[in-house]
Amino acid sequence: MSKMHVKLTVNGKQVEGLAEPRTLLIHFLREDLKITGPHIGCETSHCGACTVDIDGKSVKSCTTFVAQVNGADVTTVEGLTNDDGSLGVLQEMFREHHGLQCGFCTPGMITRAHRLLQENPNPSEEDIRFGMAGNLCRCTGYQNIVKAISASADMLNAQKEAAE
Amino acid sequence: MNDQTLTPEERAASLKGMGSSRKRVEDVRFTQGKGNYVDDIKLDGMLFGDFVRSPYAHARVKSVNKEAALALPGVIAVLTAEDLSPLGLHWMPTLAGDKQMVLADGKVLFQGQEVAYVVAEDRYIAADAVELVEVDYEELPVLTDPFEALKSDVVLREDLEGQTEGAHGPRKHHNHIFTWEQGDKEATEAILAEADVVAEEMVYYHRTHPCPLETCGCVASMDKVTGKLTLYGTFQAPHAIRTVVSLISGIAEHNIRVISPDIGGGFGNKVGAYAGYVCSVVASIVTGQPVKWVEDRMENLMSTAFARDYWMQGKIAATKDGKITGLWCHTTADHGGFDACADPTKFPAGFMNICTGSYDIPTAYLAVDGVYTNKAPGGVAYRCSFRVTEAAYFIERMIEVLAIKLNMDAAELRRINFIKADQFPYQSALGWEYDSGDYHTAWDKALKAVDYEGLRAEQSQRIEDFKAGKTRKLLGIGLTHFTEIVGAGPVKNCDILGLGMFDSCEIRIHPTGSAIARLGTISQGQGHATTFAQIIASEIGLPADDITLEEGDTDTAPYGLGTYGSRSTPVAGAATAMAARKIRAKAQMIAAYLLEVHDNDVEWDVDRFAVKGAPERFKTMKEIAFAAYNQAIPGLEPGLEAVSYYDPPNMTYPFGAYICVMEIDVDTGEWDVRQFYALDDCGTRINPMIIEGQVHGGVTEALAIAMGQEIAYDEMGNVKTATLMDFFIPTAWETPNYTTDHTVTPSPHHPIGAKGVGESPNVGGVPAFSNAVHDAFRPFGLVQSHMPHDHWRIWKIANGLGMHG
Repeated sequence: MSKMHVKLTVNGKQVEGLAEPRTLLIHFLREDLKITGPHIGCETSHCGACTVDIDGKSVKSCTTFVAQVNGADVTTVEGLTNDDGSLGVLQEMFREHHGLQCGFCTPGMITRAHRLLQENPNPSEEDIRFGMAGNLCRCTGYQNIVKAISASADMLNAQKEAAE
Repeated sequence: MNDQTLTPEERAASLKGMGSSRKRVEDVRFTQGKGNYVDDIKLDGMLFGDFVRSPYAHARVKSVNKEAALALPGVIAVLTAEDLSPLGLHWMPTLAGDKQMVLADGKVLFQGQEVAYVVAEDRYIAADAVELVEVDYEELPVLTDPFEALKSDVVLREDLEGQTEGAHGPRKHHNHIFTWEQGDKEATEAILAEADVVAEEMVYYHRTHPCPLETCGCVASMDKVTGKLTLYGTFQAPHAIRTVVSLISGIAEHNIRVISPDIGGGFGNKVGAYAGYVCSVVASIVTGQPVKWVEDRMENLMSTAFARDYWMQGKIAATKDGKITGLWCHTTADHGGFDACADPTKFPAGFMNICTGSYDIPTAYLAVDGVYTNKAPGGVAYRCSFRVTEAAYFIERMIEVLAIKLNMDAAELRRINFIKADQFPYQSALGWEYDSGDYHTAWDKALKAVDYEGLRAEQSQRIEDFKAGKTRKLLGIGLTHFTEIVGAGPVKNCDILGLGMFDSCEIRIHPTGSAIARLGTISQGQGHATTFAQIIASEIGLPADDITLEEGDTDTAPYGLGTYGSRSTPVAGAATAMAARKIRAKAQMIAAYLLEVHDNDVEWDVDRFAVKGAPERFKTMKEIAFAAYNQAIPGLEPGLEAVSYYDPPNMTYPFGAYICVMEIDVDTGEWDVRQFYALDDCGTRINPMIIEGQVHGGVTEALAIAMGQEIAYDEMGNVKTATLMDFFIPTAWETPNYTTDHTVTPSPHHPIGAKGVGESPNVGGVPAFSNAVHDAFRPFGLVQSHMPHDHWRIWKIANGLGMHG
């Protein structure tokens, strides 16, 4: 099958490559770019393990063609680590509050939570539960994920306040 | 050393040993997307395998035409049973003593069965080629009901025709697999005949699936130069897989290296051996290139590892004041097309004989008949210790049914029948020796915590309001007191394919006082790297942060039977403590030599050996470690290492009391869990944070199972629930918050008194949710209704009881 040239920004870096028109973004990220944080759990948009951030929106990359995001700005969980290599606030809070077990849903979960907190910096428990409902977890029962996201919101708001 | 000023308590706390809610070491990788799961593995020249699967549940395979597929550029091979049969690999042995087709050998027995295996340069080409393989099927009559199957003339397993003896005794019919009996049939029937009261009910625990978020997969890599096969895979039991691969492939076991990398949840799904593993190994041998196979979600739900599907006919006898005198159970077990249940060999129905539960039932009888149908094989323990979930659901429903018959409060009925604390160790009527328990204390604590009396008063008011037309919502109070049997198990009666179910740990102390430990188990999210280091920290006084844990590589880890059935802490955790104690024993001799006293004149003190009566004279474990490598100590070998293979003397018996309060809308069938209280007693608690996390997750899986999750078939044998659109997994939105609590009754035979906890919440959670639904409708005449209690089925209950006017 003939291939097309794609160019996009992933975690702040310009990347390019050749892809079939039918190549899914998740496969382009994982196979071509070796960015294996986003996972494949269902291939039908239900589980959210493949969630990435595209131009400021949470998107399930298992049902998105890479051709659709030519030129876009893509962030994966790998892009949410601090510049000095330390854990970002969400990553740290997921660890602190035991918001993960097997770790398979975690990259999608954290990437979605990152966008949720941009959309709503002061979410209630209900807001978090509704806002995270596109991401499935089989291990944690969500209680500690909700806690981790809520604690992240507090910490990010405190950091913002201190900076102002 | 500078820590003489610290108290023993301060020194113990700094180790982050047992009892500490130590943060998980695994999470630094996982939160950054740096886990290493099977599908993350990429080897040079790696090919991709994919299956052609049967659209029919029962059909003859008349021909397979590979031509068009092979003509597609990028396709390397298409394997069928014909290609595998010269190697003897077109069938493989199952864990249950049956055999299973690797690729369809003349017929298919369930929808989604593997028919051909395509090998191609990438996964897209492989998927294209799957579509190009032409298979000619001739449909056969389909049997999806196990009761019908036992009467039908249709022979499912023609390969077994005429065989009246199976792996577990006589077969009564061509679709019958085994009968397994426990207890005293005659005595139980005599008690039933003379009892004041007998309650009888059919309790069905529907077919479901563990559905971990990561599906099953592997990468097989045969190095033709060295003759060594490396097999990466989602294996819950890597060593057992190595032995099985060696036995069925003929490759010497030392030439096989099995590696379980990070596993994205298992829950029993990843215990078995699947066709994908065998085909990938063959494909790698044939092509000389690494071959990856990863199933997609539909394949996962349709073909690998269903769970449950037990029809449990029960009779429970009691005196008129509620003392249970006997229990009878006959189970019809739907095993699908092949008996691939994952149970210890001598237990074809797992530990279903724990079905007397938490109760002192003097006489009992259990029979289980396994049956072939046109459904997927599996029968795994989905977050369960070998059918304990079925047993707990059965007895906890039978208690409720008996309470209705006696017109008694179900909490009180449980209380008067509990095994008493002074009866342990307790011999059950169906053959187990319960190690320890204090059920009354746990029960009273639970009832008090939820204000049980208050809840019942509120429920009475609600019923009045409902009858007066003031509300359309009912209140259900779901009670459960479960007893599990985990930690399989003693080699004398527990083995899988002849491999004794011991487990192992090897510890090496480095000269500078840090350590590495390797175990025969494999974490799938349980946090072994965190908790097992805590056991070692407490046992030998080195900080948990200085101890690396490794699992899952059969070339480096000692032999063990893997992680499932809540066996890691009871078995490998015990091996860890025993290996650590061997190190401490040698350390004592080294310390005595360094302190110039007799071995018996030093005593252990948190992280050091000190001279008895002179605590200021001591050697810390760190100092001892260095001495082990740099001093010639008379009578002692250099180094500080130990390995332990632990054969547990008994199983462990965790228990718990769970209470669910549920609101139910009788007009829509919608439910809302208002409160869920979970009290667990798992003996000694290693990491409370992780225990709590296990309970949250396990109860959520129970919520799914009880309230909507199922693998359903239509009468043609089509799987109706093969995607996450139809297969219910709760989201954060419908999952409630849980209140966790505990009591601590250590196991008397376990080195650290721990019992295991991972599966308790699923075992106890399912009856708690189901009993809440039943309890809500009890005042309106409901006795028994089958799970899953989705909105439609709850609506039907209300409708059937005439509650829709």
